[in-house]
Amino acid sequence: MSYTPHTDLERQQMLSAIGVTTIEDLFEAVPSSHRFPKLDLPKPLSEMEVTAELSALADANEHAADFAIFRGAGAYHHFIPSAISHLVLRGEFLTAYTPYQPEVSQGTLQAIYEYQSMMCALTGMDAANASHYDGATSLAEAVTVALEVGRHKRNKIILSPAINPQYRAVVRTYHQGNNTKIMGDSGRADIADLIEMLDENTAMVAVSYPNFFGQIDDLTKLAERVHQAGALLVMVVNPTALGLLKSPGELGADIVVGEGQPLGIPMSFGGPYLGFFAIRTEYVRKIAGRIIGETVDKEGRRAYVMTLRPREQDIRREKATSNICTNQGLMSLTACIYMSLMGKYGMKKVAELCYHKSHYAAKQISDLKGFVVDMSKPFFHEFVVKCPQSVATINDKLIEKGIIGGYDLGIDYPHLKDHMLVCVTETNTKEEIDALVEGLKEVTA
Amino acid sequence: MTEPLIYDLGAAGRRGVLLPDCDVPESPLAAELMRDNLDFPEVSELQVVRHFTRLSNLNFSIDKGFYPLGSCTMKYNPKLNEDMARLPGFAHLHPLNDAEGSQGALALMYNLQTWLAEISGFKAVSLTPAAGAQGELAGILMIRKYHVDRGDTKRTKILIPNSAHGTNPATVTMAGFTTVELPADENGDVDLTALREHCDDTVAGMMITVPNTLGLFESKIIDVINAVHDCGGLMYMDGANMNALLGAVKPGELGFDVMHYNLHKTFSTPHGGGGPGSGPVGVGEKLIPFLPGPIVKITEEAASEDDAPLYGWHMPEKSIGRMKAFQGNFGMHVRAYTYIRIHGDRGIKDITRHAVLNANYIRVKLRDTYTVPYDRINAHEFVLEGHFDGVDSVHALDISKRLIDYGIHPPTNYFPLLVHEALMIEPTETEDKATLDEFIDVMKKIAVEAKENPELLTSAPHNAPVSRLDEVRAAKQLVLCCRPIPEWAESVSSSKKDTAQ
Repeated sequence: MSYTPHTDLERQQMLSAIGVTTIEDLFEAVPSSHRFPKLDLPKPLSEMEVTAELSALADANEHAADFAIFRGAGAYHHFIPSAISHLVLRGEFLTAYTPYQPEVSQGTLQAIYEYQSMMCALTGMDAANASHYDGATSLAEAVTVALEVGRHKRNKIILSPAINPQYRAVVRTYHQGNNTKIMGDSGRADIADLIEMLDENTAMVAVSYPNFFGQIDDLTKLAERVHQAGALLVMVVNPTALGLLKSPGELGADIVVGEGQPLGIPMSFGGPYLGFFAIRTEYVRKIAGRIIGETVDKEGRRAYVMTLRPREQDIRREKATSNICTNQGLMSLTACIYMSLMGKYGMKKVAELCYHKSHYAAKQISDLKGFVVDMSKPFFHEFVVKCPQSVATINDKLIEKGIIGGYDLGIDYPHLKDHMLVCVTETNTKEEIDALVEGLKEVTA
Repeated sequence: MTEPLIYDLGAAGRRGVLLPDCDVPESPLAAELMRDNLDFPEVSELQVVRHFTRLSNLNFSIDKGFYPLGSCTMKYNPKLNEDMARLPGFAHLHPLNDAEGSQGALALMYNLQTWLAEISGFKAVSLTPAAGAQGELAGILMIRKYHVDRGDTKRTKILIPNSAHGTNPATVTMAGFTTVELPADENGDVDLTALREHCDDTVAGMMITVPNTLGLFESKIIDVINAVHDCGGLMYMDGANMNALLGAVKPGELGFDVMHYNLHKTFSTPHGGGGPGSGPVGVGEKLIPFLPGPIVKITEEAASEDDAPLYGWHMPEKSIGRMKAFQGNFGMHVRAYTYIRIHGDRGIKDITRHAVLNANYIRVKLRDTYTVPYDRINAHEFVLEGHFDGVDSVHALDISKRLIDYGIHPPTNYFPLLVHEALMIEPTETEDKATLDEFIDVMKKIAVEAKENPELLTSAPHNAPVSRLDEVRAAKQLVLCCRPIPEWAESVSSSKKDTAQ
């Protein structure tokens, strides 16, 4: 099977127009010693056979459509309204190219502009770009902006250890080739410790809101001190939580980044996701990635276009601060439709459901013998549970009961061995939560 | 024809979704943590559906028409791929799910790694990079770490031909290297003499696109590779043009050390209006320990032929690290897997053969009407000059915009930079002869129009949803958000100024 439509006759007509005999004649520029190698690939399959094979592979996974899931840690199982995939699957969105030709891309462009507007409203920032690859790379790009704002005289980046460990790893990957000093996250630093680290070389401080453990830190003093030190405050945020919580703009953030997956995007084993990036206007010309702006056409009609293009790699080449040339177009469209459908009411309602259900679960688990729930700070929809056995052992037993348990924090934080990060969203019913609590009780009995 | 903004469609109190009542006792919420208001649309589901359907109608897309867009491989995106990516066992699989419970997904990734390696002649593949540009960054960071690991720290330069994509030099800067640009010779190949002059012990490597951005296969590619290897540098191949190479040549066998694939170009995953992409990297022996992770490995061989092996995650020992959270754009991996499985060994070869056939057919049909600066057998794309003698007012951009009036998407224009008024044309293998003939006719017609009525081109498009836009205004009067700035914002920014003083 293939998607090439040529008939034998057409092939002949085309070859003779070109003036060669066979298609192979078109490859003479390839060194003959390496031309037409053997390809050791499986035989072609029909659509029916491929569907059967892929369905079997998909069914071999333990997934959130079949199991009650209490795992978050950076990816979240949320309700996705049906209308979203119907709209996103429209070929006019799905199979369109990057909107370099604005006259025939107004659909994509206006949708991204609306997405940017909603991200500004959600985060309390003045501007947002069209997105980065995911939350982690958005944070890595925020570091680049902070270094630019500090004119590369400030090269110290302070990261809270309570930022998603994978995000911090990605920041290190991106910045391994320059002289950036990344610190703050090796131990158990809290907000007060981060403040202690501030100095005149600090370009930025990044914290997570809520943090990786689901907790809401008091960031008031931090914001004040970071700005006194002339550095930028970057917040890594969960967009669902912002349906309820004070916006990062209100708390003094200069750059807000995060993972947009909870906004209607399926977990899909880790991607494609949506790295949102919002910023105060004064820094907007320093940011990477695509930005859509409003303008008019020759007839004066309102229209949208990619703007501030001279920052981008295809024009600025080696002087560009980032090589990014795409955004997560379809994912920002998905988030835009999700936020439109949810609206003012739905965003708040989902956040409330997450909050109440996770607090109910935390309360029930804290009543279990041998389990200790960390209630030291307010939390949103994730919380830390100290378990009487290893998290892996508990999860192995929970899966037998049809439950995907929480995340094993010992993987990333040695001092949190036997600590489970439990996530509860609006998709978890009371029955599921009760089953989790019952399961935890039984498997550790 | 303009569509109102979604914000302008709403009415206070209107709802687009119904959510269940809370089925657990409610917990108190601390008022000081809560926001006062969320400035979001208040619209019905039907309003949302109509709004986005009408927006979609303003787009051009592959499903609507021909996209001869050089360098971007806008081939048909099979519908089956979308269904496969949306199977619940893939779509609702948590990225941190235990490996034992993710064997189907891991098997898929393992096979895709293996097939991509086989197609390109590399020893190992990491699927983690999220896009071509990220694959490039991963590749150059691997080259950097390879040298650093050997204690060879004086290598600071990456050589790049002047026909390269802009991402290449931008990547080099990101990775902490300096770009040295190499000229092309009169055939559009890398100038070997100039290359050899730059090859010394400060060269970390070279980035090159094969076939190059003129759509030409470098005729001295082996000499280029040898020159860089001889001075201790590594060779990076930009795989953007891999659609010209499937079953024709394996870059790993030519001697390349590392390459990125664009699953959204060669392997038919949809462009989605500018993403998501997926940019796996393949490497030769030397760079295996440096691959970004995690990658999928067999942790326990199958007990018998009827059993499946056990798959698990592996972080290569000297890995440059993680490129993104989790393990790459898995949804794109499912689509690429489906695409390769449908084609199989025979079909994969057919892709490239027909892509090259289609491109050469258009070139010979247009060579008498337009200037083709490098008029020889090309690969999957070619470049022509978008201007006419004696018609000074018409530029490549005008030809592009006029194509829109005929229902055809413009080619890539003004790239590569070394061609005057470049129009870069890539038809891909999925277009039939009738579509190509129609495009050829339209291009000839536009050439006549350019001479008889240039105004028709310079004021085009005439029947698109909007006419040409005021891009200067967009950049000067920056309007990036349609919402008013909230009241508290003033006090935050003024208090910030106070503290800064």
